[in-house]
Amino acid sequence: MVKKVIVEAMINGDPVELLCEPRQSLLEVLRDELDMTGSKEGCLTGDCGACTVLVDGRPVCSCLMLGVEAAGKSVTTIEGLATGATLHILQQKFLEHASLQCGICTPGFLMSAKALLDHNPNPTEADIRYALAGNLCRCTGYDKIVKAVIDAAKHVADGVGTSHHGKVPRKSTAEATRDLLKGQEVK
Amino acid sequence: MHAINYESPKTVADAVKLLAAHGEKARPLVGGTDLIIQLRAGTRRPEYVVDVKHIPEMSRISFSMQHGLHLGAAVPCIEIYENADMRRYYPGLTEAAHLIGSLQIQSRASVGGNLCNGSPAGDATPALIALGAKARVVGPKGERTVPVETFITAPGRTVLQPGELLVELLIDAPAKHSSDAYLRFIPRNEMDIAVVGVGAALTLDLADDRVVDARIALGAVGPTPIFAAEASKSLVGKKLDAAAIENAGRLATSVATPIDDMRGTAEFRRHIVGVLTRRVLTIAADRARQNEQR
Repeated sequence: MVKKVIVEAMINGDPVELLCEPRQSLLEVLRDELDMTGSKEGCLTGDCGACTVLVDGRPVCSCLMLGVEAAGKSVTTIEGLATGATLHILQQKFLEHASLQCGICTPGFLMSAKALLDHNPNPTEADIRYALAGNLCRCTGYDKIVKAVIDAAKHVADGVGTSHHGKVPRKSTAEATRDLLKGQEVK
Repeated sequence: MHAINYESPKTVADAVKLLAAHGEKARPLVGGTDLIIQLRAGTRRPEYVVDVKHIPEMSRISFSMQHGLHLGAAVPCIEIYENADMRRYYPGLTEAAHLIGSLQIQSRASVGGNLCNGSPAGDATPALIALGAKARVVGPKGERTVPVETFITAPGRTVLQPGELLVELLIDAPAKHSSDAYLRFIPRNEMDIAVVGVGAALTLDLADDRVVDARIALGAVGPTPIFAAEASKSLVGKKLDAAAIENAGRLATSVATPIDDMRGTAEFRRHIVGVLTRRVLTIAADRARQNEQR
Protein backbone atom coordinates (compact mmCIF):
# COMPACT_ATOMS: atom_id res chain seq x y z
CA MET A 1 0.00 0.00 0.00
CA VAL A 2 1.44 3.33 -1.03
CA LYS A 3 1.36 5.95 1.65
CA LYS A 4 0.55 9.57 1.12
CA VAL A 5 3.47 11.89 1.69
CA ILE A 6 3.71 15.35 3.15
CA VAL A 7 5.11 17.95 0.79
CA GLU A 8 6.19 21.42 1.87
CA ALA A 9 6.58 24.00 -0.86
CA MET A 10 6.21 27.72 -1.46
CA ILE A 11 3.23 28.33 -3.72
CA ASN A 12 2.77 31.87 -5.00
CA GLY A 13 4.86 33.14 -2.11
CA ASP A 14 2.93 31.27 0.61
CA PRO A 15 4.36 28.31 2.49
CA VAL A 16 2.07 25.35 1.81
CA GLU A 17 2.05 21.93 3.44
CA LEU A 18 0.04 19.29 1.64
CA LEU A 19 -0.62 15.59 1.58
CA CYS A 20 -0.43 13.81 -1.76
CA GLU A 21 0.16 10.46 -3.39
CA PRO A 22 3.52 10.06 -5.18
CA ARG A 23 1.71 9.22 -8.43
CA GLN A 24 -0.10 12.56 -8.52
CA SER A 25 1.33 15.11 -10.93
CA LEU A 26 1.96 18.64 -9.74
CA LEU A 27 -0.99 19.63 -11.94
CA GLU A 28 -3.30 17.18 -10.14
CA VAL A 29 -2.03 18.39 -6.77
CA LEU A 30 -2.66 22.03 -7.70
CA ARG A 31 -6.11 21.39 -9.13
CA ASP A 32 -7.47 18.54 -6.99
CA GLU A 33 -5.74 19.02 -3.62
CA LEU A 34 -5.34 22.81 -3.51
CA ASP A 35 -8.39 23.77 -5.63
CA MET A 36 -6.17 25.97 -7.75
CA THR A 37 -7.83 25.27 -11.07
CA GLY A 38 -6.18 28.09 -13.04
CA SER A 39 -3.55 25.73 -14.48
CA LYS A 40 -5.26 23.74 -17.23
CA GLU A 41 -5.01 20.13 -18.27
CA GLY A 42 -4.53 19.80 -22.01
CA CYS A 43 -2.55 16.99 -23.59
CA LEU A 44 -0.85 15.40 -20.54
CA THR A 45 2.21 14.76 -22.70
CA GLY A 46 4.09 18.06 -22.50
CA ASP A 47 3.10 19.22 -25.97
CA CYS A 48 0.46 21.91 -25.35
CA GLY A 49 1.81 23.93 -22.39
CA ALA A 50 -1.66 24.66 -20.93
CA CYS A 51 -0.43 23.42 -17.51
CA THR A 52 2.71 25.61 -17.48
CA VAL A 53 3.77 26.87 -14.05
CA LEU A 54 7.09 28.29 -12.86
CA VAL A 55 9.24 26.16 -10.59
CA ASP A 56 12.10 28.15 -9.07
CA GLY A 57 11.46 30.70 -11.83
CA ARG A 58 11.61 28.25 -14.74
CA PRO A 59 8.63 27.26 -16.87
CA VAL A 60 7.67 23.58 -16.59
CA CYS A 61 4.72 21.48 -17.66
CA SER A 62 3.07 20.67 -14.33
CA CYS A 63 1.57 17.53 -15.92
CA LEU A 64 5.11 16.13 -16.37
CA MET A 65 6.28 16.73 -12.81
CA LEU A 66 5.23 14.79 -9.75
CA GLY A 67 3.71 16.79 -6.91
CA VAL A 68 6.27 15.28 -4.52
CA GLU A 69 9.05 16.76 -6.64
CA ALA A 70 7.85 20.24 -5.62
CA ALA A 71 9.15 19.68 -2.07
CA GLY A 72 11.36 22.61 -1.11
CA LYS A 73 10.65 24.40 -4.40
CA SER A 74 9.01 27.71 -5.14
CA VAL A 75 6.03 27.28 -7.46
CA THR A 76 4.30 30.18 -9.21
CA THR A 77 0.94 29.56 -10.86
CA ILE A 78 -1.47 31.79 -12.76
CA GLU A 79 -3.22 32.47 -9.44
CA GLY A 80 -0.05 34.25 -8.28
CA LEU A 81 0.23 36.57 -11.27
CA ALA A 82 -2.13 39.40 -10.36
CA THR A 83 -1.69 41.43 -7.20
CA GLY A 84 -5.06 41.77 -5.57
CA ALA A 85 -7.41 43.28 -8.13
CA THR A 86 -4.49 44.68 -10.14
CA LEU A 87 -3.74 42.56 -13.14
CA HIS A 88 -0.16 41.78 -14.09
CA ILE A 89 0.93 43.83 -17.10
CA LEU A 90 0.85 40.66 -19.23
CA GLN A 91 -2.75 39.93 -18.23
CA GLN A 92 -3.68 43.53 -18.97
CA LYS A 93 -2.05 43.41 -22.40
CA PHE A 94 -3.68 40.06 -23.23
CA LEU A 95 -7.05 41.73 -22.59
CA GLU A 96 -6.17 44.87 -24.58
CA HIS A 97 -4.93 42.88 -27.57
CA ALA A 98 -7.75 40.31 -27.40
CA SER A 99 -5.11 37.60 -27.13
CA LEU A 100 -7.56 34.95 -26.05
CA GLN A 101 -10.77 33.40 -27.25
CA CYS A 102 -11.67 30.16 -25.49
CA GLY A 103 -9.06 30.85 -22.81
CA ILE A 104 -7.87 27.31 -22.06
CA CYS A 105 -4.33 28.03 -23.23
CA THR A 106 -4.14 31.49 -21.65
CA PRO A 107 -2.79 30.64 -18.16
CA GLY A 108 0.02 28.62 -19.74
CA PHE A 109 0.88 31.38 -22.22
CA LEU A 110 0.93 33.96 -19.43
CA MET A 111 3.28 31.86 -17.30
CA SER A 112 5.64 31.19 -20.22
CA ALA A 113 5.59 34.89 -21.10
CA LYS A 114 6.28 35.83 -17.47
CA ALA A 115 9.27 33.44 -17.38
CA LEU A 116 10.59 35.13 -20.52
CA LEU A 117 10.17 38.73 -19.31
CA ASP A 118 11.60 37.92 -15.86
CA HIS A 119 14.66 36.55 -17.63
CA ASN A 120 14.87 38.90 -20.61
CA PRO A 121 12.98 42.20 -20.25
CA ASN A 122 13.85 43.25 -23.82
CA PRO A 123 12.99 40.27 -26.01
CA THR A 124 12.87 40.40 -29.79
CA GLU A 125 9.82 39.03 -31.56
CA ALA A 126 11.87 35.92 -32.36
CA ASP A 127 12.76 35.52 -28.67
CA ILE A 128 9.06 35.73 -27.81
CA ARG A 129 8.00 33.23 -30.45
CA TYR A 130 10.76 30.87 -29.33
CA ALA A 131 9.82 31.21 -25.65
CA LEU A 132 6.17 30.49 -26.48
CA ALA A 133 6.88 27.55 -28.81
CA GLY A 134 5.87 25.13 -26.06
CA ASN A 135 2.36 26.60 -25.80
CA LEU A 136 -0.35 25.76 -28.29
CA CYS A 137 -3.38 27.95 -29.08
CA ARG A 138 -6.03 26.79 -31.54
CA CYS A 139 -8.05 30.03 -31.52
CA THR A 140 -5.96 33.14 -31.97
CA GLY A 141 -3.36 32.25 -34.56
CA TYR A 142 -0.70 33.42 -32.06
CA ASP A 143 -0.23 36.88 -33.54
CA LYS A 144 -2.32 38.68 -30.92
CA ILE A 145 -0.52 36.81 -28.16
CA VAL A 146 2.88 37.80 -29.52
CA LYS A 147 1.72 41.43 -29.89
CA ALA A 148 0.52 41.50 -26.29
CA VAL A 149 3.87 40.22 -25.03
CA ILE A 150 5.76 42.76 -27.18
CA ASP A 151 3.57 45.52 -25.74
CA ALA A 152 3.98 44.26 -22.16
CA ALA A 153 7.75 44.07 -22.62
CA LYS A 154 7.76 47.66 -23.88
CA HIS A 155 5.93 48.77 -20.75
CA VAL A 156 8.32 46.84 -18.53
CA ALA A 157 11.29 48.39 -20.36
CA ASP A 158 9.78 51.89 -20.00
CA GLY A 159 9.22 51.27 -16.31
CA VAL A 160 5.46 51.63 -16.75
CA GLY A 161 3.55 48.99 -14.90
CA THR A 162 6.60 46.91 -14.13
CA SER A 163 6.03 43.79 -12.14
CA HIS A 164 4.50 45.15 -8.95
CA HIS A 165 5.71 42.26 -6.88
CA GLY A 166 7.70 43.59 -3.98
CA LYS A 167 6.14 47.05 -4.12
CA VAL A 168 2.70 46.12 -2.88
CA PRO A 169 2.43 43.94 0.22
CA ARG A 170 1.61 40.43 -0.88
CA LYS A 171 -1.74 38.93 -0.15
CA SER A 172 -2.29 35.24 0.29
CA THR A 173 -3.17 33.31 -2.85
CA ALA A 174 -6.72 32.80 -1.69
CA GLU A 175 -7.21 36.49 -0.94
CA ALA A 176 -5.63 37.52 -4.20
CA THR A 177 -7.80 35.10 -6.17
CA ARG A 178 -10.93 36.33 -4.41
CA ASP A 179 -10.04 39.95 -5.07
CA LEU A 180 -9.28 39.20 -8.68
CA LEU A 181 -12.61 37.49 -9.18
CA LYS A 182 -14.38 40.41 -7.50
CA GLY A 183 -12.64 42.86 -9.81
CA GLN A 184 -13.71 40.84 -12.84
CA GLU A 185 -17.36 40.48 -11.92
CA VAL A 186 -19.71 41.12 -14.81
CA LYS A 187 -21.91 44.05 -13.93
CA MET B 1 -1.34 6.32 -13.33
CA HIS B 2 -0.72 3.26 -11.13
CA ALA B 3 0.47 3.71 -7.55
CA ILE B 4 4.21 4.32 -7.14
CA ASN B 5 6.66 4.78 -4.31
CA TYR B 6 8.84 7.86 -4.54
CA GLU B 7 12.39 7.93 -3.20
CA SER B 8 14.90 10.77 -3.43
CA PRO B 9 18.34 9.54 -2.33
CA LYS B 10 21.11 12.07 -1.71
CA THR B 11 24.06 9.92 -2.80
CA VAL B 12 24.89 7.66 -5.74
CA ALA B 13 25.49 4.79 -3.27
CA ASP B 14 21.99 5.14 -1.80
CA ALA B 15 20.42 5.40 -5.25
CA VAL B 16 22.22 2.27 -6.45
CA LYS B 17 21.15 0.44 -3.27
CA LEU B 18 17.50 1.30 -4.00
CA LEU B 19 17.78 0.43 -7.69
CA ALA B 20 19.53 -2.86 -6.92
CA ALA B 21 17.01 -3.81 -4.21
CA HIS B 22 14.05 -3.32 -6.55
CA GLY B 23 15.65 -4.36 -9.86
CA GLU B 24 13.24 -4.12 -12.78
CA LYS B 25 10.59 -2.67 -10.46
CA ALA B 26 12.59 0.57 -10.05
CA ARG B 27 13.27 3.35 -12.53
CA PRO B 28 15.37 6.49 -12.04
CA LEU B 29 13.60 9.82 -12.51
CA VAL B 30 15.27 13.00 -13.74
CA GLY B 31 13.12 15.34 -15.86
CA GLY B 32 10.19 12.96 -16.15
CA THR B 33 9.48 14.24 -19.66
CA ASP B 34 9.64 10.69 -20.99
CA LEU B 35 9.12 8.65 -17.80
CA ILE B 36 5.93 10.33 -16.55
CA ILE B 37 4.36 9.97 -20.00
CA GLN B 38 5.34 6.27 -19.99
CA LEU B 39 3.90 5.80 -16.47
CA ARG B 40 0.64 7.45 -17.47
CA ALA B 41 0.39 5.42 -20.68
CA GLY B 42 1.26 2.23 -18.76
CA THR B 43 4.18 1.41 -21.08
CA ARG B 44 6.47 1.31 -18.03
CA ARG B 45 5.11 0.17 -14.69
CA PRO B 46 7.85 0.59 -12.06
CA GLU B 47 6.77 0.35 -8.41
CA TYR B 48 9.63 2.57 -7.31
CA VAL B 49 10.54 5.88 -8.87
CA VAL B 50 13.99 6.99 -7.73
CA ASP B 51 14.45 10.75 -8.14
CA VAL B 52 18.20 11.27 -8.62
CA LYS B 53 18.13 15.08 -8.88
CA HIS B 54 19.18 15.52 -5.24
CA ILE B 55 22.51 13.79 -5.81
CA PRO B 56 25.13 16.56 -6.11
CA GLU B 57 27.53 14.80 -8.51
CA MET B 58 24.65 14.08 -10.89
CA SER B 59 23.41 17.67 -10.89
CA ARG B 60 26.57 19.56 -11.75
CA ILE B 61 28.52 20.70 -14.76
CA SER B 62 32.22 20.63 -13.96
CA PHE B 63 34.70 21.75 -16.60
CA SER B 64 38.43 22.42 -16.62
CA MET B 65 41.09 22.20 -19.32
CA GLN B 66 42.89 19.71 -17.09
CA HIS B 67 40.01 17.36 -16.30
CA GLY B 68 37.68 18.00 -19.21
CA LEU B 69 33.92 17.93 -18.77
CA HIS B 70 31.90 16.06 -16.17
CA LEU B 71 28.28 16.51 -17.14
CA GLY B 72 25.95 15.16 -14.45
CA ALA B 73 23.24 12.91 -15.86
CA ALA B 74 20.55 14.96 -14.08
CA VAL B 75 21.58 18.42 -15.35
CA PRO B 76 18.62 19.94 -17.20
CA CYS B 77 19.21 21.10 -20.78
CA ILE B 78 18.59 24.73 -19.82
CA GLU B 79 21.64 24.69 -17.52
CA ILE B 80 23.77 23.43 -20.38
CA TYR B 81 23.09 26.37 -22.66
CA GLU B 82 23.17 28.85 -19.78
CA ASN B 83 26.71 27.65 -19.02
CA ALA B 84 29.44 29.77 -20.67
CA ASP B 85 31.98 26.90 -20.77
CA MET B 86 29.48 24.63 -22.50
CA ARG B 87 28.63 27.24 -25.13
CA ARG B 88 32.28 27.98 -25.75
CA TYR B 89 33.87 24.53 -25.71
CA TYR B 90 31.03 22.22 -26.74
CA PRO B 91 28.80 24.32 -29.02
CA GLY B 92 27.45 21.27 -30.87
CA LEU B 93 26.31 19.50 -27.72
CA THR B 94 24.91 22.82 -26.48
CA GLU B 95 22.87 23.34 -29.63
CA ALA B 96 21.54 19.78 -29.37
CA ALA B 97 20.42 20.46 -25.77
CA HIS B 98 18.76 23.64 -27.02
CA LEU B 99 16.73 21.68 -29.59
CA ILE B 100 15.15 19.16 -27.22
CA GLY B 101 11.48 20.10 -26.92
CA SER B 102 10.15 23.40 -25.61
CA LEU B 103 11.60 25.60 -22.85
CA GLN B 104 9.23 23.79 -20.46
CA ILE B 105 10.84 20.49 -21.47
CA GLN B 106 14.38 21.91 -21.39
CA SER B 107 13.83 23.14 -17.83
CA ARG B 108 13.45 19.51 -16.74
CA ALA B 109 14.86 17.11 -19.35
CA SER B 110 18.53 16.13 -19.16
CA VAL B 111 21.04 14.89 -21.71
CA GLY B 112 21.63 11.85 -19.46
CA GLY B 113 17.91 11.06 -19.38
CA ASN B 114 17.70 11.54 -23.15
CA LEU B 115 20.44 8.90 -23.50
CA CYS B 116 18.88 6.46 -21.00
CA ASN B 117 15.51 6.70 -22.74
CA GLY B 118 17.29 4.94 -25.59
CA SER B 119 15.55 6.65 -28.48
CA PRO B 120 17.35 6.36 -31.83
CA ALA B 121 16.19 9.93 -32.54
CA GLY B 122 17.39 11.64 -29.32
CA ASP B 123 19.10 14.90 -30.28
CA ALA B 124 21.84 14.82 -27.64
CA THR B 125 23.16 11.36 -28.46
CA PRO B 126 24.84 12.00 -31.86
CA ALA B 127 26.39 15.16 -30.35
CA LEU B 128 27.78 13.08 -27.44
CA ILE B 129 29.10 10.36 -29.75
CA ALA B 130 30.81 12.97 -31.95
CA LEU B 131 32.62 14.31 -28.87
CA GLY B 132 33.73 10.80 -27.87
CA ALA B 133 31.73 11.02 -24.64
CA LYS B 134 31.86 8.17 -22.14
CA ALA B 135 29.08 7.25 -19.77
CA ARG B 136 30.13 6.66 -16.15
CA VAL B 137 27.83 3.96 -14.83
CA VAL B 138 27.69 2.89 -11.18
CA GLY B 139 26.02 -0.34 -10.11
CA PRO B 140 25.93 -2.79 -7.24
CA LYS B 141 29.11 -4.49 -8.53
CA GLY B 142 31.09 -1.28 -8.91
CA GLU B 143 31.51 1.20 -11.72
CA ARG B 144 32.37 1.11 -15.42
CA THR B 145 32.63 3.54 -18.29
CA VAL B 146 30.81 2.88 -21.54
CA PRO B 147 31.45 4.73 -24.82
CA VAL B 148 28.19 6.48 -25.71
CA GLU B 149 28.14 4.88 -29.19
CA THR B 150 27.59 1.48 -27.54
CA PHE B 151 25.22 2.67 -24.78
CA ILE B 152 21.94 2.26 -26.68
CA THR B 153 21.47 -1.34 -27.81
CA ALA B 154 18.00 -1.23 -29.42
CA PRO B 155 15.09 1.24 -29.50
CA GLY B 156 14.33 2.00 -25.82
CA ARG B 157 17.08 -0.35 -24.59
CA THR B 158 20.50 0.42 -23.14
CA VAL B 159 23.48 -1.40 -21.65
CA LEU B 160 22.27 -0.52 -18.13
CA GLN B 161 21.67 -3.64 -16.05
CA PRO B 162 19.14 -3.70 -13.20
CA GLY B 163 20.59 -1.66 -10.35
CA GLU B 164 22.90 0.35 -12.59
CA LEU B 165 22.74 4.13 -12.78
CA LEU B 166 24.17 6.55 -15.35
CA VAL B 167 25.91 9.07 -13.07
CA GLU B 168 27.65 11.41 -15.50
CA LEU B 169 29.01 11.88 -18.99
CA LEU B 170 32.74 12.39 -19.40
CA ILE B 171 34.17 14.35 -22.31
CA ASP B 172 37.80 15.32 -22.93
CA ALA B 173 38.74 18.99 -22.85
CA PRO B 174 38.79 20.31 -26.41
CA ALA B 175 42.14 20.17 -28.21
CA LYS B 176 43.45 23.32 -29.85
CA HIS B 177 41.61 24.02 -33.12
CA SER B 178 38.85 21.57 -32.39
CA SER B 179 35.08 22.04 -32.22
CA ASP B 180 31.76 20.35 -32.78
CA ALA B 181 28.38 20.93 -34.38
CA TYR B 182 24.95 19.29 -34.47
CA LEU B 183 22.14 19.73 -36.98
CA ARG B 184 18.83 17.99 -37.32
CA PHE B 185 16.23 18.03 -40.04
CA ILE B 186 12.61 18.58 -39.07
CA PRO B 187 9.86 19.83 -41.38
CA ARG B 188 9.22 22.90 -39.19
CA ASN B 189 11.26 25.37 -37.14
CA GLU B 190 10.69 24.14 -33.60
CA MET B 191 9.27 21.41 -31.42
CA ASP B 192 9.63 18.25 -33.46
CA ILE B 193 11.41 14.92 -33.40
CA ALA B 194 14.44 14.52 -35.66
CA VAL B 195 13.85 13.07 -39.10
CA VAL B 196 17.64 12.94 -39.31
CA GLY B 197 20.24 14.31 -36.87
CA VAL B 198 23.99 14.52 -37.51
CA GLY B 199 26.73 15.50 -35.08
CA ALA B 200 30.41 16.02 -35.90
CA ALA B 201 33.55 16.95 -34.00
CA LEU B 202 36.79 17.94 -35.70
CA THR B 203 40.35 18.73 -34.69
CA LEU B 204 42.43 20.55 -37.30
CA ASP B 205 46.12 21.21 -37.80
CA LEU B 206 46.06 24.72 -39.22
CA ALA B 207 49.76 24.73 -40.17
CA ASP B 208 49.24 22.38 -43.09
CA ASP B 209 45.41 22.62 -43.02
CA ARG B 210 44.74 18.96 -42.31
CA VAL B 211 42.30 17.02 -40.17
CA VAL B 212 43.91 15.54 -37.05
CA ASP B 213 40.77 13.88 -35.71
CA ALA B 214 37.17 13.56 -36.83
CA ARG B 215 34.05 11.89 -35.46
CA ILE B 216 30.66 11.83 -37.17
CA ALA B 217 27.48 10.39 -35.61
CA LEU B 218 23.98 9.93 -37.01
CA GLY B 219 20.59 9.94 -35.32
CA ALA B 220 17.11 8.71 -36.40
CA VAL B 221 18.44 6.65 -39.31
CA GLY B 222 18.74 3.24 -37.64
CA PRO B 223 17.49 1.31 -34.61
CA THR B 224 20.17 3.06 -32.52
CA PRO B 225 22.27 6.19 -33.03
CA ILE B 226 25.20 5.34 -35.34
CA PHE B 227 28.88 6.21 -35.09
CA ALA B 228 29.95 6.66 -38.72
CA ALA B 229 33.43 5.19 -38.23
CA GLU B 230 34.50 4.96 -41.87
CA ALA B 231 33.28 8.43 -42.73
CA SER B 232 35.15 9.77 -39.70
CA LYS B 233 38.37 7.92 -40.56
CA SER B 234 38.23 9.05 -44.18
CA LEU B 235 38.94 12.62 -43.10
CA VAL B 236 41.95 12.02 -40.85
CA GLY B 237 45.18 13.30 -42.37
CA LYS B 238 43.31 14.89 -45.28
CA LYS B 239 42.81 18.46 -46.28
CA LEU B 240 39.22 19.39 -45.49
CA ASP B 241 38.28 20.39 -49.03
CA ALA B 242 35.01 19.97 -50.90
CA ALA B 243 36.02 16.51 -52.20
CA ALA B 244 36.86 15.21 -48.69
CA ILE B 245 33.61 16.57 -47.26
CA GLU B 246 31.61 15.10 -50.16
CA ASN B 247 33.28 11.72 -49.66
CA ALA B 248 32.59 11.75 -45.89
CA GLY B 249 28.94 12.54 -46.62
CA ARG B 250 28.77 9.60 -49.02
CA LEU B 251 30.37 7.22 -46.50
CA ALA B 252 28.04 8.43 -43.71
CA THR B 253 25.05 7.81 -45.99
CA SER B 254 26.25 4.25 -46.63
CA VAL B 255 25.99 3.26 -42.93
CA ALA B 256 22.51 4.74 -42.42
CA THR B 257 19.76 2.11 -42.25
CA PRO B 258 16.64 4.27 -42.04
CA ILE B 259 13.05 3.14 -42.30
CA ASP B 260 10.05 4.66 -44.06
CA ASP B 261 7.68 6.26 -41.59
CA MET B 262 5.38 9.26 -41.25
CA ARG B 263 8.40 11.53 -40.69
CA GLY B 264 10.11 10.65 -43.94
CA THR B 265 10.99 7.91 -46.37
CA ALA B 266 14.20 5.89 -46.07
CA GLU B 267 15.39 7.32 -49.40
CA PHE B 268 14.80 10.90 -48.27
CA ARG B 269 16.54 10.24 -44.95
CA ARG B 270 19.61 8.80 -46.67
CA HIS B 271 19.78 11.90 -48.85
CA ILE B 272 19.51 14.17 -45.79
CA VAL B 273 22.31 12.28 -44.01
CA GLY B 274 24.66 13.37 -46.81
CA VAL B 275 23.42 16.96 -46.75
CA LEU B 276 23.64 17.36 -42.96
CA THR B 277 27.02 15.60 -42.75
CA ARG B 278 28.49 18.08 -45.22
CA ARG B 279 26.93 21.00 -43.34
CA VAL B 280 28.00 19.96 -39.83
CA LEU B 281 31.56 19.32 -41.02
CA THR B 282 31.68 22.81 -42.52
CA ILE B 283 30.29 24.41 -39.34
CA ALA B 284 32.56 22.40 -37.03
CA ALA B 285 35.60 23.29 -39.17
CA ASP B 286 34.77 27.01 -39.09
CA ARG B 287 34.44 26.85 -35.32
CA ALA B 288 37.62 24.77 -34.93
CA ARG B 289 39.66 27.32 -36.89
CA GLN B 290 38.60 30.00 -34.41
CA ASN B 291 39.23 27.88 -31.33
CA GLU B 292 42.66 28.93 -30.09
CA GLN B 293 42.27 27.33 -26.67
CA ARG B 294 45.21 25.44 -25.22
